[in-house]
Amino acid sequence: MNFETTIGLEVHVELKTNSKIFSPSPVQFGVAPNENTNVIDWGYPGVLPTTNKGVVEAGMKAALALHAEIEPNPHFDRKNYFYPDNPKAYQITQSETPMAHDGWVEIEVDGNKKKIGISEMHIEEDAGKNSHETGYSLVDLNRQGTPLVEIVSKPDIASPDEAYAYLEELRQQIQFTGVSDVKMEEGSMRVDVNISVRPIGQAAYGTKTELKNLNSFNYVRKGLAYEEKRQQEVLMSGGVIRQETRRFDEKSGKTILMRVKEGADDYRYFPEPDLPALTISDDWINQIKSELPEEPKARRDRYVNELGITDYDAMVITQTKEMADFYDAMIELKADPKLAANYLQGDVNAYLNDNQVDLQDTKITPAHLASMVNLISDETISSKMAKKVFKAITKGNDPEQFVKDNGMVQLSDPAQLQPIVDEILAANPQSIEDFHNGKDRAIGFLVGQIMKQTHGKANPTVVNKLLITSMNK
Amino acid sequence: MSEKISAEDVKHVASLAKLSVSDEQLPYFTEQLGQIIGLFETLGEVNTDGVKPTVSVTDQLNVMRDDIADNWQERDELLANAPETMDGYIKVPTIIDESEDN
Repeated sequence: MNFETTIGLEVHVELKTNSKIFSPSPVQFGVAPNENTNVIDWGYPGVLPTTNKGVVEAGMKAALALHAEIEPNPHFDRKNYFYPDNPKAYQITQSETPMAHDGWVEIEVDGNKKKIGISEMHIEEDAGKNSHETGYSLVDLNRQGTPLVEIVSKPDIASPDEAYAYLEELRQQIQFTGVSDVKMEEGSMRVDVNISVRPIGQAAYGTKTELKNLNSFNYVRKGLAYEEKRQQEVLMSGGVIRQETRRFDEKSGKTILMRVKEGADDYRYFPEPDLPALTISDDWINQIKSELPEEPKARRDRYVNELGITDYDAMVITQTKEMADFYDAMIELKADPKLAANYLQGDVNAYLNDNQVDLQDTKITPAHLASMVNLISDETISSKMAKKVFKAITKGNDPEQFVKDNGMVQLSDPAQLQPIVDEILAANPQSIEDFHNGKDRAIGFLVGQIMKQTHGKANPTVVNKLLITSMNK
Repeated sequence: MSEKISAEDVKHVASLAKLSVSDEQLPYFTEQLGQIIGLFETLGEVNTDGVKPTVSVTDQLNVMRDDIADNWQERDELLANAPETMDGYIKVPTIIDESEDN
């Protein structure tokens, strides 16, 4: 039996606003428990929520980045449930009229491009955080009221690899709007997935299971791959898939049954009476559109077509808006596009990985890196010297000053190099003979000798040229 | 009176509200809730064909607050009102339900 797989993803993204969605309490991390809470967040009787305009606008930006249609008259709804992380006993969300609908992102898997639909996206409030101890639980309401955008995919995703690519694309699109950090490891992006399989040709979808505890894109892919295989095996052996929630176990890479779902959830949604409805005019949408930065795809195309860098380099540079902005700033400073791209995706990325930091948290600046690239372009320093200069840049040093202070200026003047070339050639007649016999290694040896003589300062390109001309005389 | 709500539904609603209703209390609440539903059914007598559902009864639109953070410094008072606290947290009975959906 051959199967096809259907995957649906619900992604929650935390919006980076100053204040909460329905109260002016600050949104920030790492403060004392319940520090950023007020009577509204605690759901005291008689308090009234007010809608944060910044959240609505962030939601609009996310909607535009996902090519979704913005609902002109959205309102909020109450989703009722009792749980200690939510003192009001309801969450204010959007159910009947989500902020936007019918969006898409384009993914590429194994060279095949595919559009994945987004059925809807809405803004809502996050709940507080519980920590479970023995015999009791502790509640911190700092997160209560943090604005979220929830993005629901259409059942277009047909494999774990596509799910991974969709998440990458979604992350990138949102990240470039600047409305969220979209980092799974920091909880500003959370993913719920469901998956079902059915024999090819069967019209109805198979019964789906829900997966929890997927804390990275990789775990999403692994969890889905395991679950896809498990469901196929159950069906092959004549079994039945139950509607259940399963937890992904990072150690074993397996999914483990958490609970069987009985009946649909009963949240008794109704329109939120405490908040006036919204009207989103075309003028407002156009204004937000004009504030949106260039999309990652447009940037990739521009880098490849106008600046002539490779697809791969363009892809790496547009992983985050910070790096793409950094690159643009270097280009502005007349850095060679290819060299600048090489250093960003090579040395800079390696440095970020080794130190587990983000570009914006380092001392590397576009001005310094551009200046180093320019020093390489005009042959003041060699790429070998650049390794040292790059280290200095990571410590916040100005490359020109550093090069000067350390006497690192490259020897490129033929008039200065010719005597050294002559000297080395005179001392190595065997190498000249080897060269004439077509042994390429000989020239490498001679260049090495000259580098040694000049303490690495000779310009290897000029030395090569001089050597060849001299030996062919 | 005709049954507006079944005893089963009352049990279900009670469990959603995390209330325990004993077998003796069940007929009492079933009848009471039935009466309330009956009262609300009066509203069903109004012809609402072609009328858009009312979402809000105010005529206010786009009343929003600018995104400016303001900490009202109420933490200590709020915690003082919590039945039990521990290290700045609200202390609650063990939570078994693992659902933390949004």
